[in-house]
Amino acid sequence: MMTVLTMLALAGFFAPRLYRAWGARTAGRLALAPALAFAYFASRLSAIRGGETIRASFEWIPVLGFEFSLQMDGLGLLFALLIAGIGAFVVWYAGAYLKEDPAAPRFIAALLLFMTSMLGVVLADNVIALFVFWELTSFTSYLLIGHHHEEEKSRKAALQALLVTGLGGLFLLAGLLLLGQAAGSYNLSGILAADSLSSHPLFNPALALLLVGAFTKSAQFPFHFWLPNAMAAPTPASAYLHSSTMVKAGVYLLARLHPACADSAIWQAVVPAIGAATLVIGATMAYGQTILKRLLAYTTVAALGGMTMLLGLGQTLAIKAAVVFLLAHALYKAALFLVAGIIDHETGEKDVLKLGGLRRALPFTALGAGLAALSMMGLPPFFGFLAKETLYSAAQQPTLLAASVIGGVFFLVVACLTGLKPFFGAERDTPRHPHEAPIAMWIGPLAMGLLSLSFGVFAPWVGPTLIAPAASAIAGEPLTAKLALWHGWNRELQWSLATLALGLVAFASLRALRPIMPAFARLRAWGPERGYEAALNGLVAAAGAQTRLLQNGSLRYYLLATLLFVLATGGWFFWRLVEWPAPGAGTPVRLIDAVILSLILLSTVGAIFSRSRMAAFASLGVAGYAIAIFFVLYGAPDLAMTQLVIETLTVILLVLAFYHLPPLHPRTPVRGRVFDLVPSVLVGSLMAALTLAANRANLAPSISSYFSANSWTNAYGKNIVNVILVDFRALDTLGEISVLLIAGLGAIALLKLRAPGKGGGGAP
Amino acid sequence: MSSLILRTATRYLVPLLLLFSIYLLLAGHNYPGGGFVGGLAAAAGLALYALAFDVRSARTMLRLTPTGVSALGLMLAALSGLPGILRGSSFLTGKWMVAYLPGFDPIKIGTPVLFDLGVYLVVLGVTMSIIFALAEEES
Repeated sequence: MMTVLTMLALAGFFAPRLYRAWGARTAGRLALAPALAFAYFASRLSAIRGGETIRASFEWIPVLGFEFSLQMDGLGLLFALLIAGIGAFVVWYAGAYLKEDPAAPRFIAALLLFMTSMLGVVLADNVIALFVFWELTSFTSYLLIGHHHEEEKSRKAALQALLVTGLGGLFLLAGLLLLGQAAGSYNLSGILAADSLSSHPLFNPALALLLVGAFTKSAQFPFHFWLPNAMAAPTPASAYLHSSTMVKAGVYLLARLHPACADSAIWQAVVPAIGAATLVIGATMAYGQTILKRLLAYTTVAALGGMTMLLGLGQTLAIKAAVVFLLAHALYKAALFLVAGIIDHETGEKDVLKLGGLRRALPFTALGAGLAALSMMGLPPFFGFLAKETLYSAAQQPTLLAASVIGGVFFLVVACLTGLKPFFGAERDTPRHPHEAPIAMWIGPLAMGLLSLSFGVFAPWVGPTLIAPAASAIAGEPLTAKLALWHGWNRELQWSLATLALGLVAFASLRALRPIMPAFARLRAWGPERGYEAALNGLVAAAGAQTRLLQNGSLRYYLLATLLFVLATGGWFFWRLVEWPAPGAGTPVRLIDAVILSLILLSTVGAIFSRSRMAAFASLGVAGYAIAIFFVLYGAPDLAMTQLVIETLTVILLVLAFYHLPPLHPRTPVRGRVFDLVPSVLVGSLMAALTLAANRANLAPSISSYFSANSWTNAYGKNIVNVILVDFRALDTLGEISVLLIAGLGAIALLKLRAPGKGGGGAP
Repeated sequence: MSSLILRTATRYLVPLLLLFSIYLLLAGHNYPGGGFVGGLAAAAGLALYALAFDVRSARTMLRLTPTGVSALGLMLAALSGLPGILRGSSFLTGKWMVAYLPGFDPIKIGTPVLFDLGVYLVVLGVTMSIIFALAEEES
């Protein structure tokens, strides 16, 4: 498993480089990486079916007892197969889809890295690893949604998805940590095995946090709004992330935690209700959309709601229904998304009302689309039919059944609109003359459409092989799953027929209802997205206000603000925590000390009162050199040397900056100068007092003796200062030089990247 | 600034300063010195060169861009932590090799030397990037 993840990550990292060598063929070759991964996962099917789990781990942070562990059971395997299998098609497809896009290498790289992180999510056993992978999917998804970063809409959608799912990720982290505390283990296997977890006082807060994390990721109400907006992503990303994999991470989390949480009252109250609400909202909002991808996006929201609802019910039938629904949905929805991409790519048209008769121009695409659409409509003998039947039989309560039927009706409408309507009827004029897409693009939808059909036909094989192991993992006990197309003339079949009839009516009345759709759209503007917008605008406004207040462009003001802050915090600290230094303590003052001290004082006073900047710089330089002499006198040659060079460089820098400064202002009025005097004297006194106090404080004498004792024997160095810097405390130094580099880059940015037309001197 | 005296003096001073900075870097482990002050001394040398001649020739002398120098330094410093991991200790644990040459003191080379070289390059690069940026503004 580790090898598979490493291979995919490497493929991602080297994708841009390989692109340079192989050109447009790269994506097709890189698709072999997920295909290999798929082969690996498929080869584990029989072992998993026999009830085995496959584990791999290595020590990660041994000090904290964390190990980086992966574990694959039936649930993980099902997800891994979907991720790797659909992923292979999507990578190949993306290569053809983005053939003319110079940024294609970046996209393929992000796609492969996303795949790695998504596999990590579904295979991780350690909760911290799970969280890291979870956040990586949010991050790579941000890159993929924002692929066309020159468009504002893309950037906005990418940011929205990142903020919503990223915020949810923080809830998830908190929830996982609490759950780990409660269970006494940070491994999922340990958490699920913990006794009487649900009676632990931390359990309910943990569950609430986890649910927020899962709901944001899987676009559940009221967080559903980011998913339709994420359709700004190039279609391969939408097909992969936003229908078949990433958005199912939340569903995966619910399924994974199901054995430990399904008994709790919160779970049983919240999860089915939110799921059903999302199902209805997503399905009805899809009605009236005309853009292909948005139609599919809203039904994806609805489908995720359906899975959430089923996982909330807790009975074994519902669990099996959730797994069947998950598999069916992943297959037909990814296919339809890819088809939407082909249509857009070949005709230049996204609006379903302006499309028709494409079956002659795009025969293979039409076949794949038709198969997938029939599965989505829930017609026998497709796998989607089984999904709908099991959904209806699991939704026993009338409200949930009603929600499911509403979902089914609108699924049917959307399937007709996206999978059938563009291909049948009269041919329409489109911006581009349609040609069949290259094989790289139509093979995926066709394969998934055929799978949707054959999984339905071979349901008796799919049941025990794919469904039962996953359902057993969700239930936490071995389950069997018998799937069959024909169950007799029962309630489910009757509701299926009713759905079909209602769906056809809804489809037929679509044209008649078109005029009232704008009113419907206005209603949507009052949805929870409004809250998101308000929060974001508020944040920007608050940031703007505080920036205008604190960063008004005057250096004197900055200096004053900084000093006052130091005074307030440092002064408080000193007042409360530090013993007032007794006068007279310390070494006696020698003549030479007095001479240097007066030199420092004189040059400082000279700098304050000098009327030219040049003289002030020189005076400050003298003060600096004098301090260096102090270091020499008191046995710190390293410090002295550094101080000398720093002083030299500072003077050079000041002289260079000198050219850009405006002429020295005429003296500020006396009142202003007195006002400046107060904080500067106070800060100076505080610093002096702190230095005296620091000299007296003797925190840990043992450590310096450790350094001097071990510097030569362990680190082969006689200069303790240097050995501390580069060996004992090398990690600190590494951090410091990183900060230094970042600060340097910031300085370059400030100096070089001026707004055009604003060259020359800065603010006074 | 085009002073003949400064330019002539610079021609002699800059190699000395750079040599001294390398001495500081290498000697730092046992005597006063080290990567930080060494990098600063090298930066002072280059800054002198830039003042006496011009920024462009100082840039040519550095070969890499200043940011590139500091990035290289940070990478070296980070890489010097890896041998520790590979030998089963934690990140940045010092690892040493000792070479015995007849007639000389044993020569010890270790990852802290590499780390210090990284510090040297980061300090040099950052200082030079700021000085160059400021000096180029004036022209």
